[in-house]
Amino acid sequence: MKYFGLIWRNVWRKKIRTSLTILSVLVAFLLFALLNAVGQAMSSGGAMTGAARLVVIDKVSLINFLPISYQNKIAQVPGVAVVSHQSWFGGFYQDPKNQFPQFPVVPEEYLDLYPEFVLPDEQLQAWKKNRTGAIIGRDLAELHGLKVGDRIPIQSTIFTKKDGGRTWEFDIEGIFDTTDPKGGTALLLFRHDYFAETNTFGDGFVGWYTLRLAEGADPVEVANAIDEQFANSPNETETSTEAAFAASFAKQFGNIALIVTMILGAVFFTLLLVAGNTMSQSVRERIAELAVLKTLGFKDGTVLGIVLTESILIMAIGGLFGLGFGWLAAEAIGSAMAMFVPGGIVVSTDIVLLAIAMMIGAGVIAGIFPALKAMRLSIVDALARG
Amino acid sequence: MSEALANLTGVSRVYQKGKDRVEVLHELDLTIPNGDFLAIMGPSGSGKTTLLNLLGGLDKPSGGAVTVGGAELSSMSNSQLSTWRSTHVGFVFQFYNLLPVLTALRNVELPLLLTNFSAKERANRARIALDIVGLAERAKHLPSELSGGEEQRVAIARAIVSDPTLLLCDEPTGDLDRETAEEILKLLQILNREHGKTIVMVTHDPQAAEYATRILHVDKGKLESRSVA
Repeated sequence: MKYFGLIWRNVWRKKIRTSLTILSVLVAFLLFALLNAVGQAMSSGGAMTGAARLVVIDKVSLINFLPISYQNKIAQVPGVAVVSHQSWFGGFYQDPKNQFPQFPVVPEEYLDLYPEFVLPDEQLQAWKKNRTGAIIGRDLAELHGLKVGDRIPIQSTIFTKKDGGRTWEFDIEGIFDTTDPKGGTALLLFRHDYFAETNTFGDGFVGWYTLRLAEGADPVEVANAIDEQFANSPNETETSTEAAFAASFAKQFGNIALIVTMILGAVFFTLLLVAGNTMSQSVRERIAELAVLKTLGFKDGTVLGIVLTESILIMAIGGLFGLGFGWLAAEAIGSAMAMFVPGGIVVSTDIVLLAIAMMIGAGVIAGIFPALKAMRLSIVDALARG
Repeated sequence: MSEALANLTGVSRVYQKGKDRVEVLHELDLTIPNGDFLAIMGPSGSGKTTLLNLLGGLDKPSGGAVTVGGAELSSMSNSQLSTWRSTHVGFVFQFYNLLPVLTALRNVELPLLLTNFSAKERANRARIALDIVGLAERAKHLPSELSGGEEQRVAIARAIVSDPTLLLCDEPTGDLDRETAEEILKLLQILNREHGKTIVMVTHDPQAAEYATRILHVDKGKLESRSVA
């Protein structure tokens, strides 16, 4: 620690250069934290153990529909407490940029399935009385300035109405909140019966089933029982956790893990070049000073340690700020995408520990050659060069 | 004069430059008594700085032995020499060689980082050293905020802060005007006379050499002496 003052002042010897290097480290670790958090959220699959809800989708592809007749069969599987269905409506509000999830659901079943969503009883009753009624989450209401009593048009990109139009109008009968601090409410729920009777595909299908497990039920056993029941049928199923469901949703966009690895590989390769160059310049321009330190009695190992610590310190400053900003970005994106990633986008302890290890590793790699040069320099030659 | 602080016996230093063999010092014998203020003069390339480097344990002889304060430097490892330098020798350079990112106080404190003193003790000792060279009030200034003479005083404070017995000065006034140079030389005289430091000073300047108690001339790697005091 007694060398810290010397190291700290050396780090800030060229303030602009160090700031720019730290900025590049910050961006690299921000991306590292965020992309890994997104990657984990999208591709973790979620452990069955401890799962409270399971999702049943078509085994071949998420975009395939399942027969509505499956609901009763799933409900009869031991360990299933509640089961209901949803479908991806794929609409937008006013502008294609305003996309958010809309699901046709059975009101009481859905709210029973998601007890974290809190809707005033009078609003639930109003929704049940109005076939074109819908409820929206508080996040969505605040985002678009919507309130109970509004009638909003949703343009579907998938479903056409029997009258030929694609604009579906809904009366907002309620606004719900969530008790889950990490859960988002930027979604619209409308009645499945209205959807089934109005769309041109007909009423015998749903997108997927979500079920809540009975207390003490083994998620793995329940999932296997459901999938075995529909084995060798035209619509075989795959039952998994909500996180795994989100993962299969995300996989439609590509191999997230590979994309994350490739981006981070390029970012860190560039980072090592930038930081390595900074450390090389820093050592080159103070050869005489390093020679003076050695003249005063600083040993080779101490000089090596000082230069390496400078390099690691630069990585640590930029890296920790990057992790911090990455965490904030993950929280923000996780909230906005809460419906797609039920577990949220979390910069986990694993990511933080890996990032810290990478800060130290990158610091050592960027600093090792300049540090060895400093360690090996001949005092007499360096002082003669002045 | 009292007993010898440093002894050079049959010291040679040969450098290999490509295929050429350059002998900078040739079988040189020298005894430096404790409390001596020795000026070493000679033309460029005569071996003055090499002699200083050998006395300070910055370089090793190709032949012969260098003994300072009873320690045989020629047989020490680099690590042992580092430890020895930190406690036994202070260096003063022509261009001061202060670290520009550190204040005067922090520059003076540098050699004490190698000791087990507490931060408070290190700062106290550095302040005392700055006080000795008359720069206590400039402790918080960076080298860029000091004059050449002040920088050299800070360098001298750094050289004496760990209370070494031997001060090695390589052209300490070479970058200073006459008036400032005289101030520095008087300071070295005080350190020699009042604080008992043994000083070996390499200089081109005959007037600077007059401040020493003894002058040695080095030419083509060999010594000739002339007493001043």
